[in-house]
Amino acid sequence: MLRDALTFQLGYNATLVTVAAVLLGFAAGVTGTFLFLRKRALVSDAIAHATLPGIGIAFIALTLSGHDGRHLPGLLAGSAVTAMSGLFAVQWLSSRTRLSEDAAIGAVLSAHFSLGIVLLTVIQTMSTGRQAGLENFLLGSTAGMLLSDAILIALGGLLVVALVFLFRRPMSLVSFDPGFASTSGVRLDRIDLTMMGLVLGVTVVGLKVVGLILVVALLIIPPVTARFWTNRVELVVILAGAFGGIAAWLGAGLSASAPDLPTGPLIVLVSFCLFAVSMALAPRRGLLSSLVRHRRFQAGVHMRQGLLALAQGQPIYEPLTIRLLKARGLARADGMPTREGAVRAARALRDEKRWEVARATPELELAAARYDGLTQIEDVLTADQIAEIDHRIGPPEAVQ
Amino acid sequence: MQARLEDVTMRDMRERATRDSPLVIRGMTVAYDRKPAVFSVDATFRSGRITGIIGPNGAGKSTLLRAALGIVKPLAGQATFFGRTLAGSRDRVAYVPQRASVDWDFPARVVDVVAQGLYRRLGLLGRFGRDHEDMVMAALERVGMADFSARQIGQLSGGQQQRVFLARALAQDAMLYLLDEPFAGVDAATERAIIKVLKALRSEGRTVVAVHHDLSTVEEYFDDVLVMNVRKISDGPVGVAFTQEALDTAYGGRLERGMRDPQKTRA
Repeated sequence: MLRDALTFQLGYNATLVTVAAVLLGFAAGVTGTFLFLRKRALVSDAIAHATLPGIGIAFIALTLSGHDGRHLPGLLAGSAVTAMSGLFAVQWLSSRTRLSEDAAIGAVLSAHFSLGIVLLTVIQTMSTGRQAGLENFLLGSTAGMLLSDAILIALGGLLVVALVFLFRRPMSLVSFDPGFASTSGVRLDRIDLTMMGLVLGVTVVGLKVVGLILVVALLIIPPVTARFWTNRVELVVILAGAFGGIAAWLGAGLSASAPDLPTGPLIVLVSFCLFAVSMALAPRRGLLSSLVRHRRFQAGVHMRQGLLALAQGQPIYEPLTIRLLKARGLARADGMPTREGAVRAARALRDEKRWEVARATPELELAAARYDGLTQIEDVLTADQIAEIDHRIGPPEAVQ
Repeated sequence: MQARLEDVTMRDMRERATRDSPLVIRGMTVAYDRKPAVFSVDATFRSGRITGIIGPNGAGKSTLLRAALGIVKPLAGQATFFGRTLAGSRDRVAYVPQRASVDWDFPARVVDVVAQGLYRRLGLLGRFGRDHEDMVMAALERVGMADFSARQIGQLSGGQQQRVFLARALAQDAMLYLLDEPFAGVDAATERAIIKVLKALRSEGRTVVAVHHDLSTVEEYFDDVLVMNVRKISDGPVGVAFTQEALDTAYGGRLERGMRDPQKTRA
């Protein structure tokens, strides 16, 4: 079943939903990257919750003017209007009052959401009928998606991606260093507004598929996941789009193959799984890799300290140090160095002394800045420089 | 050009300096919530010189620069760059912000940050080509960081970060360099590397203005100083403006109590 769903064999509606979801996931991941790098991820939550009153108002306006209240483009247009009012409220509160942005977000988000819920309740009591289904915008609903809905979502997603591509340079400049960006002629307010406008676009377009409560997850989780894998903005953007797209594809597939399961939450859960796996396994930034690196560094430090102690005939108290030295055949059980241990110890002591001289020599200061107690001086200085240092230290001392 | 300037009379010199000056600040006042950080500062920075902006913590030195550059909005006053507004002379002005003002865990390599200096050349969609790459590498070369070009910026030491920021400004190929605390928290080798670059910029006829707080190096590093503490206290050539009296005013006499004599101490 799942395989059929993933290869678009599960019928018209399922295919429509999957294609729309994948495009939305990609657009959301790409857009969310700059939001995340600008450290304003939660503004998207205020924007998302602020869509709800707009949906209610649009429904009432459409119904009262004799149209079908569930006309999707109309509802989305309404949601965009109140989302904008939420965005400007957050901007205004955080720039013109002493409120910090997180407090402003909390106030704006809850006020808009409450207004939306009140409007939805009022609509329930209206005598027009056909009002069922508005609550689906909370968590998304893909049942009965129309071709026109899917096209709307797809076009919106493509437009957002195109704009992100166009503004990628100023947006990353502003995210990294707003002061420098502004002196380079970037209009901060305009770029921030563009960034938020794109987020707003993704949010509105995503209402139908994942709903306003969960759309934030599509904006935030994929960029955070992508960040584990790369150190370059361009790649974070592309990977975030890819992770968002994959999560949407798998999530939509799962929900199509088990019809009782909701699409939006499944997409978010798949997205979270990708995040968890990345956090654990990613090279360099992942937890496992950090742990391995830390252990290796710790072992290196213990070895070095142990060898220096052996070289100077000092006792070693740390059990880990003794264990490491013994495991490498450098020390005997009684804590005395083996023959190889003595050689290595002398070498370590020599290296330490060379570093000591290098660090006291002004001309070598730049290289000496790389001293960390583990790096061999041979890796940093040239043979000539080392010969010069050795000349100053005098002949090597023998270790018994 | 410097020699010629000093031949003419004092008044002529002032007028010419104002007209040709890379940066003239007039009546600059910046306030954060009614408390002025900078109050009515006038300053004319001379072309082809290295000027230090000196004063205690909280004296508004960085704020003065940031207001001149339009990063913070002044309450009153204006800045003129090369006789024009900032918007008309952006290509000739490079700014080096405080190193601590950005998050160095940002996903970028050293080359990516230096390439930001080429933003005005590249625009939104201009292709980053071979010659751009050469400009970036040449800038890194000048600060001694060419070997670090592919390094993730989060792995750099404080001094290396500062040199990357300077390289980004060098890539801009500007005529006026404004640096905010370029020597704060850097190692001695970096400090020497930076001052060498600044002196090289001066000898190329460019102008350098740096916010600075280490009084012991003022005479060695700067041609001119602007001593301030919210208000301007003195300005001009180091020999004239960097006096005990000016420092007493700026530091509220705190330096007199035997802590250190800024005129003589070498750190």
